[in-house]
Amino acid sequence: MHLDRRSFLGTTALLAAPRLLLAQAATERRLIFIIQRGAADGLNTVIPYADPAYAAARGNQAIDPASTHKLDGLFALHPSLAKLHTLYGAGQASFFHAVASPYRDRSHFDGQNVLETGGNAPYQVKDGWLNRLLGLLPRTGKDAMAFSSAIPLALRGPVEVSSYAPSALPAANDDLMMRVEQLYAKDRQLHALWASALEARGMAGGAAGGMSGNAPRQDSAALGRMAAGFLGRADGPRVAMIETSGWDTHSGQTARLAAQLGNLDNLLAGLHDGLGAVWDKTVILVATEFGRTVAANGTGGTDHGTGAVAMLVGGAVQGGRVVADWPGLSNANLLDGRDLKPTLALDALITEVCAQSFAIEPERLSQVLFPHGGRGTPIPRLLRA
Amino acid sequence: MTPSAIALNRFGLGTRPDEPEPVDPAQWLLSQFEKYEALPSPWKQTMRTPALVQDWLAQQRAVRQAPQGLRSGIREAYLRKGREEYVAAVGARTTSALQTATPFVERLVHFWSNHFAVSVDKLLVIGLAGGFEADAIRPNVLGRFEDLLLAAVRHPAMLLYLDQAQSIGPASLAGQRSQNQPMRGRGLNENLAREILELHTLGVRSGYTQADVTEFARALTGWTLPNDESGDGSDATFRFVPALHEPGSRTVLGRTYDDNGEQQARAILHALAIAPATAQHIATKLARHFVGDDPPPALVQRLADNFMRTGGDLSRLYRELVASPEVWQFGQGKFKSPWDWSISSLRALGRRDLPAAQAINLMNQLGQPVWRPGSPAGYGDLTNTWAAPDALIRRVEAAQRLAAQAGNSVDARALAPRVLPGGALSAATASAITNAESGSTALALLLVAPEFLRR
Repeated sequence: MHLDRRSFLGTTALLAAPRLLLAQAATERRLIFIIQRGAADGLNTVIPYADPAYAAARGNQAIDPASTHKLDGLFALHPSLAKLHTLYGAGQASFFHAVASPYRDRSHFDGQNVLETGGNAPYQVKDGWLNRLLGLLPRTGKDAMAFSSAIPLALRGPVEVSSYAPSALPAANDDLMMRVEQLYAKDRQLHALWASALEARGMAGGAAGGMSGNAPRQDSAALGRMAAGFLGRADGPRVAMIETSGWDTHSGQTARLAAQLGNLDNLLAGLHDGLGAVWDKTVILVATEFGRTVAANGTGGTDHGTGAVAMLVGGAVQGGRVVADWPGLSNANLLDGRDLKPTLALDALITEVCAQSFAIEPERLSQVLFPHGGRGTPIPRLLRA
Repeated sequence: MTPSAIALNRFGLGTRPDEPEPVDPAQWLLSQFEKYEALPSPWKQTMRTPALVQDWLAQQRAVRQAPQGLRSGIREAYLRKGREEYVAAVGARTTSALQTATPFVERLVHFWSNHFAVSVDKLLVIGLAGGFEADAIRPNVLGRFEDLLLAAVRHPAMLLYLDQAQSIGPASLAGQRSQNQPMRGRGLNENLAREILELHTLGVRSGYTQADVTEFARALTGWTLPNDESGDGSDATFRFVPALHEPGSRTVLGRTYDDNGEQQARAILHALAIAPATAQHIATKLARHFVGDDPPPALVQRLADNFMRTGGDLSRLYRELVASPEVWQFGQGKFKSPWDWSISSLRALGRRDLPAAQAINLMNQLGQPVWRPGSPAGYGDLTNTWAAPDALIRRVEAAQRLAAQAGNSVDARALAPRVLPGGALSAATASAITNAESGSTALALLLVAPEFLRR
């Protein structure tokens, strides 16, 4: 169903129960943030096939509605997202269209900085909103993990975070590992990194799903199952981040986007398959720094835009709906005459997802996650009660 | 840490045990400007850009002339050959870094190659990436910034990577023609214009607008690769095509540029190359690279002033850097990138080469594949970019492998004070090396010691 956000909010806003700032109990919730670096094209992902201006704006890059997976009378999913469509049908995926962070320029790097720090402007906030969220959760040891070698900005900050990515290098022998540990004992920075790395490797050894440390990194489904191996454990991380890149489709968009979305579909399916019973406790947020131009450009692609798509996927999601206060694609309705006009604040969506995930009072949570912004309009019942 | 250790490790690529410690560290750095070879022998064995362009054009021509069913095979064959060129060029880059007599300038090559990043993530660039570093970057690192900028943005790798090669002015001859064939849907692409402003010159949030980006993109139309139809075997690697160029004067950052074809974008690039925001941007990146994540503002300002005074004379900018007291203060040092760490490790082990395939695997495993950053911003240059749990454990794994290859040919106890001279070697590391159970464990410990991970 396609919801008009304003009428939707009017009827249900009062039903949200008050929640505390600090989550009280050890949580079973899993929150996974999948970032799409490079400005993913929302308009060919959750396609407004019934918008009269869509086909003309996209020209030969417009997706034939007959090939898509219909979501409602206005929107349809890209043909590559078959497994995600099944989850949508099961009420385990929601889509949010015409969303944007507060950032209104068109630099990837600044846009990602705002998306990850939770600032209103680039470089205004030093650490990541996901790390600040961790500061509010009960500490149970290893709270969060980045599935990459380095730690992405959204997870950087005062709370220690681990990172893991399968390595094809032969493991170092125990003697060397022990001696390195001693060598780093007095170096504050290296000691912390080392302790965290060892713990992650230890978990990977016993990770469910039988993924060895040599999983091919290009395989999205394997990456999803590998991450699920960590997240499925009772003593595993509760918050995780997975980076995807390659979304900057200035040229050759039709084929490239199909491949990108196919990978995303496999990644989500890998998480679903690997998490097993924990899937019901899982919320996956998929978001990008900004969207792409409504019109195709001159080189078979699209350029940097504004309004984009965000997704919530998981067994804990109250899904099966597209939330959009649809601004329309006709020229008069575009931002700066070129971009999908944002009508939903990504910050508000993130605040609500985190508040509902961990039973934290949203007003104060938003001050921690997005200290320079307002909370925006609440979006109740994103998750199952 | 002594000035000679700083010169070798912070400005250079790490100490080689077979090289003497410099007597006058600053002079040792500056004297490299005269000794530097733009095309040292490892690079001479790789294909030059004109030949690489001929291959690209031959492929374009073959695809155009072939029946539909054979085209993908031609493209795949070209990419296979491009992959071979990539492997050869990574080998040349590695060998050059290991053998060079001018490690400071070699480091500057790596710095600028990353500043003007192309990425083989875009597969059609794979054969040209080595040529980009060899022919656009290497000859220009000691000259004027404007020449370096021009060489980088006119190189076919950049023209293809940032989609400039296909950008067409909507009101140009070709643009008008394509309007009658709507299915071709060709027109303006603003990617290169935006990244020149944001990444290569002024820097982000320096005051330009979307209108400036679009105007600059219009001025750049017509800048593309040579014609694949001529097949004349010429040495050209760039072409200006008037029929693709958007007619009319352009206004960028408040200044109007008359339409004089190719010269229009050149005039804009000239203004960008000597703009105060560019001076600040370059000064900040250079200081961050050599001093630390948050370089002293006074140093950045001194470098920016130098840049403005000389109109972007890079050699004089480096002289100012070397003459600055801040760069000779030790502090904690900079956490090495995977490339810096790998090269300094191999140099410490006395290696003079590394098989190209091994170099590629090593950089992939350590998270910094050569010429394959995730975006046109290149790789990050902050501690946070590289100092992470999993990244650290990989260095230990790689160190074990490199140490095993060295076998018993190197005595870590004797080597340690030579590669970490002037008191850089800590008592804890020296003791760990002495107490190691085997020669290769001792070597591995040296390579992952805290003072070796930083420069």
